[in-house]
Amino acid sequence: MERERRSIEDLKQILTATCAEIIEESVLELGDLILTVKASNLTELLRLCRDSKELSFNLLVDITAVDWLDSREVRFEVVYQLLSLANLWRLTIKVALSEDSPEIATATTLWAGANFLEREVWDMFGIRFTGHPDLRRILMYDEFIGHPLRKDYPVQGKQPRIALRMPEVENTARRMQRPELVSIRTSKVSAPKSQSAEGSRE
Amino acid sequence: MLRVAESSYKIYNMTQGKLLEVDVGVGGITTSFRPRALGDDLHSESMIVNMGPAHPATHGTIRVVVELSGEKIIDADVDVGYLHRGFEKMCETVDYNQVMPYTDRLNYVSPLINNFGWCLTIEKLLGIEAPKRAQYIRVILSEISRVSDHLTCLGASAMELGAFTVMLYMMEARESLWALIEEVTGARLTVSYGRVGGVKDDLTEGFAGRMQDAFKKVREHLANSDRLLTRNRIFIDRMCDIGILTAEEAIGLSLTGPMLRGSGVNYDVRKAFPYSSYEEFDFEVPLGTKGDNYDRFLVRLNEMEQSLRICEQAIARLPQGAIIVDDPHIALVSKDQVYNSIDGMINHFELVMYGVKPPKGSAYQAVEGGNGELGFYVVSDGSGKPYRAHVGAPSFIHMGSLRKMLLGRNLSDLIPTFGMINMIGGECDR
Repeated sequence: MERERRSIEDLKQILTATCAEIIEESVLELGDLILTVKASNLTELLRLCRDSKELSFNLLVDITAVDWLDSREVRFEVVYQLLSLANLWRLTIKVALSEDSPEIATATTLWAGANFLEREVWDMFGIRFTGHPDLRRILMYDEFIGHPLRKDYPVQGKQPRIALRMPEVENTARRMQRPELVSIRTSKVSAPKSQSAEGSRE
Repeated sequence: MLRVAESSYKIYNMTQGKLLEVDVGVGGITTSFRPRALGDDLHSESMIVNMGPAHPATHGTIRVVVELSGEKIIDADVDVGYLHRGFEKMCETVDYNQVMPYTDRLNYVSPLINNFGWCLTIEKLLGIEAPKRAQYIRVILSEISRVSDHLTCLGASAMELGAFTVMLYMMEARESLWALIEEVTGARLTVSYGRVGGVKDDLTEGFAGRMQDAFKKVREHLANSDRLLTRNRIFIDRMCDIGILTAEEAIGLSLTGPMLRGSGVNYDVRKAFPYSSYEEFDFEVPLGTKGDNYDRFLVRLNEMEQSLRICEQAIARLPQGAIIVDDPHIALVSKDQVYNSIDGMINHFELVMYGVKPPKGSAYQAVEGGNGELGFYVVSDGSGKPYRAHVGAPSFIHMGSLRKMLLGRNLSDLIPTFGMINMIGGECDR
């Protein structure tokens, strides 16, 4: 099946004709079209891109984010990659989000596949997707503190040991008479008693 | 039957700055599930079963918490992340060529495709193209990797359905392919063979002949496996009409690769957005009709033959010339120059110490990985290290569709459905 390949210039023309008032900026960078929109207009633009017969960006390829920390005025940038299977176009949509309220409308209402992608962005960057049905951490565990892909999260950041998931289960170590090596409840490694062990630790 | 742990405890949540009640769930497992009363005649309760993260019948570290009514799955919670290593964070700390060993460990069954995907993204940022010979070598090795990826997927899935012979045939076929890869790259899995602007080494002397021998073996094993599986009653019963996704559903769930093509959508990155001279090869894109597990199996089986065809065309028309771009700011200069000329030495030092420096900007580049569209999104701030590197991993996105495919099915259907997703932990969890 050979599909007609339409140039990215066509796409830019169609977009400026149909939704010029929503788009803040559109640039061609390295052969790809990149749109910048306000967070409040995102859902409208995504819906338009998906439903418009001419555009038909039916596949949401990816959602990710970039943390610009202090190098930009607005700290976060959420990046959507769309694909039009009919016209073989790719489209990148960027949305800037401030540090104070990193919140954006969910795309799960348009694409079911956005579920996992948005959960990952929430987990890694702490960007909330309002209206997401199940915004939980996905790659990290629930007790993880902070969001690891933010630039202010240290590369070798250490996390506290988490408490036992089932505290009511009696630990076999509790029945021991000898002093325990690792205290489970306080999450602290107690210092070994013998001198030689102390020396080898140094 | 697992009983509910009637406890919830407090966890400090950094982002909100307040204590958050977190549900500990079943057997100390964090899940939103609770056994619920079912409105059937027996006044029974649903049962919650935890599968994984180290389940013998799922190849991959993944946990699925399923809520069962009898044997029927009424809800499922797919929990990924057990193999998370912080790939994207690590990428921000090393220079562009040093990322190569990390990409090996994404989809570790076809590491070469990840290598080349990363290289292509950086080349896009730099605005360069690898020499023709390097592109052809990339195509050959990518396709060999793709075959080994599909062999692993089908072999492991067949084994989980009881066809152990097929697994052995396919592993033997994969072994002969990995011997080829080892011959060229020096390693079987952790190859680190790609370089920004080309590849590390040329093909070895007599590679074409050995490739033909290996392909003959692979084709034999494939024919045997085909005879054992494709019309096998047990296999068909376990695969047909299970995990059905229509074309619209598959697109809505962002699926790509064999999962999308199994649902009959003609999208292959190699055809749609050709890279590395893929437009010069003649190959077909197999498509499924129903979008069930059996279709995904057939798509993979037929894709392997197409991949072998591409390799044969590429090796027959392999152009002469350089295997990496001739630019001292991108590729290492020859050792002869490093030791005998001052500028050669400086170039070598600069590249090793500071790395390749793409101009400011961002680029998204996709390649057709073994499981689907493998996309790299890289942001450069003009320094030698990526400011941000992101992998759009097909395994991760496909895991998001597992719940939909499982609902209403039997517990036993989880195994072939999961098998046909071919989740590779390293790629899924990054």
